[in-house]
Amino acid sequence: MRTILISGGHVVDPSAGVDARRDLLLKDGRVAAIEPPGKLAGAAKQADAEIVEARSMVVAPGLVDIHVHLREPGQGYKETIATGTAAAAAGGFTTVCAMPNTIPVNDSVETTRWMQSAERNPSARVFPIAAATRGSMGEALTEYGSLKAAGAVAVTDDGKPILGEAIMHQALAAAARAGLPVIQHAEDTRMTAGASMNAGALAFRLGLRGMPVAAEAGLVERDLRLLAELKGARAHLHIAHISTAAALDAVRRARRNGLHVTCEVAPHHFLLNESAVGEYNTNAKMNPPLRAESDRRAMLEGLLDGSIDCIATDHAPHAAHEKEQEFERAPNGITGLESALGLTLDLLHRKHKVSLSRLITLLSTQPANLLNLRGRGSLAVGAFADVVVFDPGEEWTFRAAVTRSKSTNTPFDGWTMLGRVRLTISEGRVVYRAD
Amino acid sequence: MKLANAKQLHRKSGVALPSAAAPTASAESRSLLTVTSLGVGDVSAILRLATVLEAEPPAERALRLAHRRVALLFYESSTRTRTSFELAAKGLGADTALISSQSSSIEKGESLKDTGITLRALGAECIILRHLSSGAPYLLAQATGLPVLNAGDGMHEHPSQALLDLRTMLFALGRSEEAPGATLLQGITVAIVGDILHSRVARSNALLLPRLGAQVVLCGPPALLPEVAQELAPGISIERDLDRALKQAHIVMMLRIQKERLTGVHIDLDEYMTRYQLHRERLLASGPQAIVMHPGPMIRGLEITSEVADGPQSVIEKQVGHGVAIRMALIHRALAPEQPPKSLRPALQPKPRATTPRKRGRA
Repeated sequence: MRTILISGGHVVDPSAGVDARRDLLLKDGRVAAIEPPGKLAGAAKQADAEIVEARSMVVAPGLVDIHVHLREPGQGYKETIATGTAAAAAGGFTTVCAMPNTIPVNDSVETTRWMQSAERNPSARVFPIAAATRGSMGEALTEYGSLKAAGAVAVTDDGKPILGEAIMHQALAAAARAGLPVIQHAEDTRMTAGASMNAGALAFRLGLRGMPVAAEAGLVERDLRLLAELKGARAHLHIAHISTAAALDAVRRARRNGLHVTCEVAPHHFLLNESAVGEYNTNAKMNPPLRAESDRRAMLEGLLDGSIDCIATDHAPHAAHEKEQEFERAPNGITGLESALGLTLDLLHRKHKVSLSRLITLLSTQPANLLNLRGRGSLAVGAFADVVVFDPGEEWTFRAAVTRSKSTNTPFDGWTMLGRVRLTISEGRVVYRAD
Repeated sequence: MKLANAKQLHRKSGVALPSAAAPTASAESRSLLTVTSLGVGDVSAILRLATVLEAEPPAERALRLAHRRVALLFYESSTRTRTSFELAAKGLGADTALISSQSSSIEKGESLKDTGITLRALGAECIILRHLSSGAPYLLAQATGLPVLNAGDGMHEHPSQALLDLRTMLFALGRSEEAPGATLLQGITVAIVGDILHSRVARSNALLLPRLGAQVVLCGPPALLPEVAQELAPGISIERDLDRALKQAHIVMMLRIQKERLTGVHIDLDEYMTRYQLHRERLLASGPQAIVMHPGPMIRGLEITSEVADGPQSVIEKQVGHGVAIRMALIHRALAPEQPPKSLRPALQPKPRATTPRKRGRA
């Protein structure tokens, strides 16, 4: 693996408080040095380093997405670990955490290991998130200790929320003992039978059954109550893809009471509202659904005031023939890895004046910290050589047709993005380079 | 080419065609997926076309779309809608093919998109779709590029029903000869009663009628009529008490409870009947002048009694007859928008004529 010197770029590394022009030397898969411009020229020459000229570019720790569906094993026609991580690399992500709703469900050490094997030919580091219950059936816990030892970084039954109070209680307690967070897809499915979009006037007009806000907020409140009961057990609850103001308020209150609860938001939930469903656009169908404008604004508020910990894409590829179905039949989810940075830079940085440092915190440092991914989300010396280099001022048009993902189900096709990824390096290896 | 054949037939038979054909309309503008796509002018044109086509001698009418191909794609059972669309198409001379989900490759799992493309490959020029899933006609129209007529999609809309209901109302109110406009139903209150939540008929009517000046009062219990229903359009209000709704209404439209779509909703039928059944005593007490409508199928003895359904205030059977006229107009608009009948050419005013609806297509 060749040594790389990234020279003259604007290094933004919130973990080390760096927000200045620096040269960055990457050696043997790790960050070897970070110094003011010019100071590493000698070391680079000595190591016969590849020089990456990064003037006017931002150099940041590779982005970390703690919520993706890579569809492998079992659904390689939608995505594979190779294609999903190639899309990640193109989007500036060097770490992705893969949800367990594969076929079979990842509830075992074997599948957890299989997903991390080099034979999957990944372009980014994959950390499996294992099923919290066997088969994600919500009945019996999986083996958290051995799953963690095999590389799992959290447990969840994502998409099949853990409704049973007793089993959720057990999951939180067992995960706390194993040192793993429990991630909950907060949806009381007893309130969402047959529903395919946000409940409200628009769903009524379109003749679609709606998912009420209370289905999300109610389960979040239930889980927070369980968390409070476990106080002292050091349990960590993470709310996946939060989408409603009511749920976020519950999280804020719980935090003030000292509970260890964190949450993530997906770009579509702070960029789009339910009106994107338009005339039954299945690329605007996901779960949780796009919500009312007031909820969208609340998600944006939560990012700005810090009550939302990080951005995660919920990258959920589906084949064209699956999305080209009746709205109620089409599967939930959209791809997100290649559009997240461009959308976030445009809305948060350009329009809402969020600093680059804060943005990298939301997309890299904080998600890495949430799941204890040591050496990720940071460019400190000794950290993994996971780096994204992007041009923060370049506008470009996102085209779903040229995605690295196997699937093109995105509502952002044709959108103007800000900030083009030029280079992505994963553990010292160049995994994406813009043409 | 089918169009050329049809034109030749017209020439041979001496049926007048407009001298200057209008630019060909897009499939989109010839489709009817939702009543919200219709401007007041479109509604007016459809009503006038229905009247002209209905009055034409059958032999002449049968040349209008001679041998054009219309597919009826039905994923749900239907008596009135299917038969009247079929009779309407045949009345205009079109060839029809009926595809129903129980006896086709749909049963084998063929997708709606592929089914549509197959029908197009077989020469279908227009597809009439009834589907159990809201929004399905949008998918079909997009997948095939053909004009699609929505014959009822899930809980979403049933636009041809709203148009035939409108025509029925106008005849019953003696306003069928008035020039249609945004004040056509000024001063008229229409009460729609029952299972609004699951009803595509209710949605289409509630979206269409206020555009013509009507007030729409929705009436039913909260489980079948959520508050958000009044946000459908301006001019819509909710009244939970049937007697109070009847007292305001010039027209009352009863709906059946859609048992097949109730999910997790439990209705106490005895209580429902006590509060929402339209029976003779209630009608005499609260709406002695009201015109009674029902899109069918009726569950006699539940939402409506036979006395009322068959009584002097009922126009339920007439609704069925108006269905054929409206559907002829919709199929004509879909397939030959550039060939309006001579009497509808823009230069000419519609002639006042004393048309009474003829009963036809009673299925």
